[in-house]
Amino acid sequence: MSVAQAAALPIAERARAAVELDNVEKTYGTGKSAVKALKGVSFDIADNEFFTLLGPSGCGKTTLLRALAWFESVTAGTIRLFGEDIVDVPTYKRSINTVFQHYSLFPHMSVAENVAYGLKRLKKSKSEIEATVADMLELVKMTDFAGRLPAQLSGGQQQRVALARALAPHPKVLLLDEPLSALDLKLRQSMRQELKQIQARTGITFIFVTHDQDEALSMSDRVAVMSAGYVQQVGTPNEIYEHPANRFVAGFVGDANFIDAQITSPVGDTVTCRTKGGAVLQADARNLLEGQRDVTLFLRPEKVKLAKVGAATVDGEITDIQYLGNSTMMQIDIGEAEPLVVTEPLGEVDQRLRQVGDRVGVILSPSALQILVE
Amino acid sequence: MAAIEHSKPKKRRAFGEVPGLGALAIAFMMFLYLPILVLVVYSFNAGNIVMVWTGFSTDWYARAFANEDIRKAAINSLVVATSATAIATTCATLAALALARGGSFKGKGATVGVITLPLMVPEIVTAVAMLVFFSNIGLNFGLGNVILAHVTFCIPFAFMPIRARLDGMDTTLEQASRDLYASDWETFRLVTLPQLMPGVLAGAMLSFVISMDDFIITLMVAGAGDTTLPVYIYSMIRQGITPEINAVSSILLLFSIVLVTAYWFVTRTKPDGKNR
Ligand SMILES: Nc1ncnc2c1ncn2[C@@H]1O[C@H](COP(=O)(O)OP(=O)(O)O)[C@@H](O)[C@H]1O
Ligand SMILES: [Mg+2]
Repeated sequence: MSVAQAAALPIAERARAAVELDNVEKTYGTGKSAVKALKGVSFDIADNEFFTLLGPSGCGKTTLLRALAWFESVTAGTIRLFGEDIVDVPTYKRSINTVFQHYSLFPHMSVAENVAYGLKRLKKSKSEIEATVADMLELVKMTDFAGRLPAQLSGGQQQRVALARALAPHPKVLLLDEPLSALDLKLRQSMRQELKQIQARTGITFIFVTHDQDEALSMSDRVAVMSAGYVQQVGTPNEIYEHPANRFVAGFVGDANFIDAQITSPVGDTVTCRTKGGAVLQADARNLLEGQRDVTLFLRPEKVKLAKVGAATVDGEITDIQYLGNSTMMQIDIGEAEPLVVTEPLGEVDQRLRQVGDRVGVILSPSALQILVE
Repeated sequence: MAAIEHSKPKKRRAFGEVPGLGALAIAFMMFLYLPILVLVVYSFNAGNIVMVWTGFSTDWYARAFANEDIRKAAINSLVVATSATAIATTCATLAALALARGGSFKGKGATVGVITLPLMVPEIVTAVAMLVFFSNIGLNFGLGNVILAHVTFCIPFAFMPIRARLDGMDTTLEQASRDLYASDWETFRLVTLPQLMPGVLAGAMLSFVISMDDFIITLMVAGAGDTTLPVYIYSMIRQGITPEINAVSSILLLFSIVLVTAYWFVTRTKPDGKNR
């Protein structure tokens, strides 16, 4: 599969790969009730990388984390940690720690005891444990809460303690399973920044799981987009947003318009195509396969510009307007199967003048219209 | 304009409310608890005629404590209850752990059934079966026989709260422990057991009370010198009821109340450490 090959790091980077997954498969159960949770998963994660697994609920993200942490054995394939095969190394011997989805703090231990737990098991000296616990609590700004029990903390505070506990043994790789999903929006956004800073400061490889594309795009060095047990694409946030490998990625990572069309001109940097609705559009030709005639064009809503009727690529009618605070989202019927979704940042035009039923011109620039690889 | 009706709104009965139920409930409670109350009150009676109040005194308690036979029976009761509880609770804990954490095996459901079955078997059947069994194999450890018999019927009582606690426990805590480099034994000792402790305590208290109060089985398997308190009280009654019996019974009652109250407090906390 070409996606898997694209995921491999360059040779020089490979030497520093923190985690290498090679054709990892996982099947739960047997016979009729068997569930294939991971299918041929292969990619590498570089040392010191903030790597995100992004995908809808049930796509296998947790299963992959559990395989890395050895809570679950894999059915096939190999996992290497810094070049060493860990498929048969039990959990307590791997230099990997986990921040669990629901924190899973030990309820009968204080915050400080929770953070010290891993260090004690590693038989660190008393003075070292004390110093590290103090450092970690400082890092997550929980120094004042050292003596409290988890039940006496808010969700956000428990989250910080869970992070400190997992970071304390200074693992080579930190796994985070949807750590922010239980927090409210404001807290979630400040935690994003903080996690990113902590990752940069500690130099630990983070493998972060989320189903929230904003989280994935804003924090990650690279993202693996998963669906139904498959890895759909691995790339930088910019790559997966601007150049999605397929329709699933395009639709899952941000909003997207899809327009069916047929190629009508010979290939250059751009191609001319005719849509089902009869519009003639210029599109970026880079993903066009040889001899391909039927294509799906893909377009992000914010790449569309509006103009006066007759002064643009196509004309259409506004069928719906949603005010989003910093922008306005509109549906514009341009005579295709689906109305075009367009977002217009606030301030450029006075949007109060736009109304449902207005006719507008829609500018579709060739650089924004991409051919989708199916 | 229509006349406004000023009729009183009919008082609506809550669902499940039955007329006269309150009075019936009070009558029932009196039937249940009045004899016990009378017994306790008359244990403080100064006179030695059971049902005639002549004044307050704690004489009978002093007498009961001074009675060598009662002391011996009480000590037997404590020895039996303590040993049986310790053994039964340990067995029940191990069984519950194996069933909840030991992976699946054939006949798992049946195992739970077999462990809790003694609750359903009539006590007299168990008692006779044990008597016959012990005498057939020639088992004769004195108080040991009694302890062994008590262990068998205490196990299901200890098992149930422990299993309930285990079922409510979050397995990711154990994963978190292993994730933080703890071995299986450390995980058990530092995470599973402390979490399970309220269940274990509850199981131990239940089985202690059950063992202390047991009469039929003890009567069957106990030898001459191995009398426990309930059996001794029974033998005293056959010689006529004295306020001394009231005093001993009251002490036994107080003991049970204390344990049941403690049980209630212990089981009130949920596995996440918060109160219910
Ligand atoms: N212990 C299990 N037994 C059987 N099926 C499971 C188990 N854990 C997960 N699955 C299944 O595997 C798939 C992937 O689950 P999971 O990795 O938890 O997804 P995600 O974390 O992405 O939401 C789902 O279809 C889920 O139902
Ligand atoms: Mg999950």
